[in-house]
Amino acid sequence: MSAPSPEIAVKTRSLTRILIYAALIVFAVYYLLPLYVMLVNSLKPLDEIRQGDMLSLPQQFTLDPWFSAWSTAQIGVQPTGLKPYFLNSILMVVPAVAASTLLGALNGYVLTKWRFPGDNLVFTLMLLSCFIPFQIVLIPMAKVLGLLNLAGTTWGLALVHAVYGIGFTTLFFRNYYEAFPTELVRAAMIDGASFFQIFRRILLPSSGPIIVVTVIWQFTNIWNDFLFGVSFADVNSLPMTVALNNLVSSSTGVKEYNVHFAGAILAALPTLIVYVVSGRYFVRGLMAGAVKG
Amino acid sequence: MAQAATAPSTRNYLQELLPRLVLAPSFAAVIIFVYGFILFTGYLSFTDSKMLPSFGWVGLENYSKLWALPHWWRALGNLGIFGSLYIVICSVLGLGLAILLDQKIRAEGVLRPIYLYPMALSFIVTGTAWKWFLDPGIGLEHTMHQWGWESFSFTWIKDRNFAIYTVVIAAVWQSSGFVMAMFLAGLRGVDNEIIKAAQMDGASNITIYRRIIIPMMRPVFLSAFVVLAHLAIKAYDLVIALTGGGPGQATELPATFMYSYTFTRNSMGIGAASATIMLIMIASIIVPYLYSELRTGRRS
Repeated sequence: MSAPSPEIAVKTRSLTRILIYAALIVFAVYYLLPLYVMLVNSLKPLDEIRQGDMLSLPQQFTLDPWFSAWSTAQIGVQPTGLKPYFLNSILMVVPAVAASTLLGALNGYVLTKWRFPGDNLVFTLMLLSCFIPFQIVLIPMAKVLGLLNLAGTTWGLALVHAVYGIGFTTLFFRNYYEAFPTELVRAAMIDGASFFQIFRRILLPSSGPIIVVTVIWQFTNIWNDFLFGVSFADVNSLPMTVALNNLVSSSTGVKEYNVHFAGAILAALPTLIVYVVSGRYFVRGLMAGAVKG
Repeated sequence: MAQAATAPSTRNYLQELLPRLVLAPSFAAVIIFVYGFILFTGYLSFTDSKMLPSFGWVGLENYSKLWALPHWWRALGNLGIFGSLYIVICSVLGLGLAILLDQKIRAEGVLRPIYLYPMALSFIVTGTAWKWFLDPGIGLEHTMHQWGWESFSFTWIKDRNFAIYTVVIAAVWQSSGFVMAMFLAGLRGVDNEIIKAAQMDGASNITIYRRIIIPMMRPVFLSAFVVLAHLAIKAYDLVIALTGGGPGQATELPATFMYSYTFTRNSMGIGAASATIMLIMIASIIVPYLYSELRTGRRS
């Protein structure tokens, strides 16, 4: 190999660096573009969108589309805006996340520290349940919600999400507690600590990170869900995603793109905030959910 | 342990059972709501269910009807196009971005979250954004016309032959950053000694990547494939928000097919049959993967 002279080497090196940075910036623009388009156009009056282009900044700045999307836009037949559906989503997400996280923590604790014959089979069945296409459960679930008198209610949706979240939450906590020293648990047992005391005093205090990961994962998935919402909610219990889709795809009247964009950002806001505040945990959840078996 | 002495046997017995009692409700829920429901849907696919579940046995009739439907074939064909492009583009883009980001980039802490944030959004939001951005009337085409490029034309989203590719565009936008994160984690796990040794031997950077590092990423490719394939088979919300399955049936996928046959076309038997086939598709990817993962996990 004939080594290039040092100056040329330095030059090609810095040229490569520039190209690498250029490529990275181009992709950053690509990923930011839709968010930019939504944000800029949600602040323009409708005429300006029609006559101008999508990429320019608003000339006539207005917050009306946001107010309209929040409280007066037509969702289905009612001019309620997205506000009630935002509340529905919160009322659905909070109990579902709390229940599935708590159950997942207990399950992970049992499956790693109180092992019993057949525990691997139990875990495998729970693990496999994470990956099923939910289409396979829609029909019987609709029937069962009817039988439980929960059809078309926010509680019903919360129940559905809690149940189908257990697989993932159990997976997260099991993998986390697997690495937790069993000797500590055994020592506590010898000291006479009970099942729940050990959980509360020994495992929970060091479970902070995995609780954050699990809560973020569940929150994001349940907030963003559309299929269960569109299948099981009725007009008054629609979650945010379904209401947004109704707003955008309603075929009556003028298409108020600016209101649609404002609504889309409103629907994205909670998960975006979570992502910005705790992105590191979000990524950990993604990786744990995707890569780990 | 003062009380324990009073009734040791019952207490010990309960203590022994308690963990299993705690696990039992979750396990029961999974057995009923997942496996029981799978059996129920599987059973319905052999019945004459129309608008509501009904239990008249019809054998394989729903399956033969399903496979005779052009609509179903179109959904499968679209899944083939969408799935393969989605997986290939996401993997190539993800790996490429990860390699670029792994060159000791100063702004990595800023860039990485930008690449990844779409993953936090709902597919409905992604679909809405891209729907209007790709709409010829107000989006990209309109913008180019405003900028003076009058002949610019981009009408894929309205075009039966090309609409499915707009689904690919939006889906790649949403997921490629995530694949990037997977590859980046993989690259960070590569032993530096190997690279140093190769550099000593005079290998160029490109050779090192092509011959050493990328082959080492094989497990990441596999994980990415499994994750993306199963997301592709489940894809529903994005199509609903972006195109609604149209124009015509140009972007129908198995998931949208299942929903419309079950809930709007009153052919629950056929809907159940299509759901069963979706489950079989996913299981044939996930089960071997998890099986090999768990086995290697146990070995190490």
